[in-house]
Amino acid sequence: MISFASFPVQPELDTAKHFSAADDAMDLDDEDFEVGGSKVTWPGETITSSQTYMRGHGTYVENEEVIASVAGTIERVNKLVTVRAIRTKYNPEVGDLVVGRITEVQPRRWRVDANSRQDAILMLSSVNLPGGVQRRKLESDELQMRTFFEEGDLLVAEVQAFFGDGTMSLHTRSLRYGKLRNGQLVTIPPILVRRLKSHFTTLPCGVDLILGLNGYIWVSKHVKENEQEGEEGFDAEAVYSNRNDHIDDSTRMAITRVANIIQVLASHWVPLTDALLLEAYEWTIENNTDPKSLLLEDVGDALVATITQN
Amino acid sequence: MGSRVEVLNDGGFRSDGRRQYELRDMTVDLSQQGVADGSAVVTHGLTQVLVSVFGPREAKMRSQTMHDRANINVEVSVAAFSTGERRKRSRGDKRILEMAATIKSTFEPVVQTTLYPRSQIDIFVQVLQQDGGVLQACINATTLALVNAGIPLLDFVCAVTGGVLSTSPMLDLTLLEENDIPHLTVAVMPKTGKVTLVTMETRLHVDRFEEIFRLAGEAGKVIHAEMKAAVRERTGRLVGAMGSGPRPTGGDFEDDAMDGV
Repeated sequence: MISFASFPVQPELDTAKHFSAADDAMDLDDEDFEVGGSKVTWPGETITSSQTYMRGHGTYVENEEVIASVAGTIERVNKLVTVRAIRTKYNPEVGDLVVGRITEVQPRRWRVDANSRQDAILMLSSVNLPGGVQRRKLESDELQMRTFFEEGDLLVAEVQAFFGDGTMSLHTRSLRYGKLRNGQLVTIPPILVRRLKSHFTTLPCGVDLILGLNGYIWVSKHVKENEQEGEEGFDAEAVYSNRNDHIDDSTRMAITRVANIIQVLASHWVPLTDALLLEAYEWTIENNTDPKSLLLEDVGDALVATITQN
Repeated sequence: MGSRVEVLNDGGFRSDGRRQYELRDMTVDLSQQGVADGSAVVTHGLTQVLVSVFGPREAKMRSQTMHDRANINVEVSVAAFSTGERRKRSRGDKRILEMAATIKSTFEPVVQTTLYPRSQIDIFVQVLQQDGGVLQACINATTLALVNAGIPLLDFVCAVTGGVLSTSPMLDLTLLEENDIPHLTVAVMPKTGKVTLVTMETRLHVDRFEEIFRLAGEAGKVIHAEMKAAVRERTGRLVGAMGSGPRPTGGDFEDDAMDGV
């Protein structure tokens, strides 16, 4: 039976009032960002009527009502209502920087685990091969794919496109992308990695960071600009090498410290920024905290309390 | 029945001091468990179940992938120490396999699997303590773990066991009561009142069925309120924690602005 009553008021959420009030006179400037508030919802919760609003991600329509299907915050852009889940798998978009791990070598392609709902694909044609950028791919390259990447190798790449079934295709056709070494992988929930101007950062403590949008973060020894492999001398030995450089003890400590800080921040659900990391790093140095004790609960709590205050 | 324990005494109390329609104490823990994408520990009285959800992720077995939706894979394991008598169950135990199949068929219509073609959602259920209502605890914990993992669901699924002693219906049975009286498990989606599971392994008079079925549906709403409160608490806390750091997009003024509308 269809009833024509106005949609149910939910006193604890106040969204109903909110949406109906915003209905007639909409002031876009005020309402673009709904993120700030605490409009939390969960599966099965009615958000609004589907006659006045369009459903977005995290919602579905039943009986002319827009209903949330995930637990998270309600967001609205004009007439589009979405629910952003507080915790999900990584949702790739073209141009995203990701860190991944090779899971399989297949004909002319590698499969890459990128923390997404399906493995990503890296085509042989989307990687830079030794001997210059313009080099043609030969049959012999297909046969020696394992000399470039083999199972278990870590790499940094960019999302290039999507295949018909939604699988993402990666590429490493830039000198900044490619195989990873000299460091450590830290996995955090993808929602905690914000889109930044640059996802390659260098901390003053001699540590390079690659913030993959998929929640994989690579913490490694700093490589000086002039020592990076240049366009001319594209050196296969260095780019596809499986061996670490010499890393001295202080650098190892710094890498561990940064990795542990990231883990502590993630466990307290604090979004990662380089400024925040730097502040946390300085805090640990000031307090003479060794990397190991960072993982203790009280030390982590104290760290997070200090840096989120500012 | 030759039981020495009185299931319902003359004063209307059950063996553990509850009334007929009283549910046991329910606790929910949604904190992170290891590397799982979502997890939940649910207790109903002395029954405790831990569920870890992984996915949606690349299917481990290619043969299991479906091109239009995700495959749900449920594995149940029962801890050897979970019962009064220590007993090791093998993974191939028929009862456990059946329980896994029941959980799978309960959630297949609820999870929006069509959003994740060719992938797999793994649900690992571990029964830590058993004191009746194991299936109910498994289903409630699975719902919460799925919500916690951010997997889209049409609604919560809330399960309750019910039983009938001669003519008096009872809810949320303990192991003692389950052994003595006919019982069934009902799982409902509280928003629409749809029932996703009714299962009964014992014989119950058909005239008694309707009443206990209706009661279990009502009790599902009580469980739902409990689960909702836990999810709201957890989600609110995480949203709060995310907002506590420096935020790139300003938005704090919003709430004040909205009050004026």
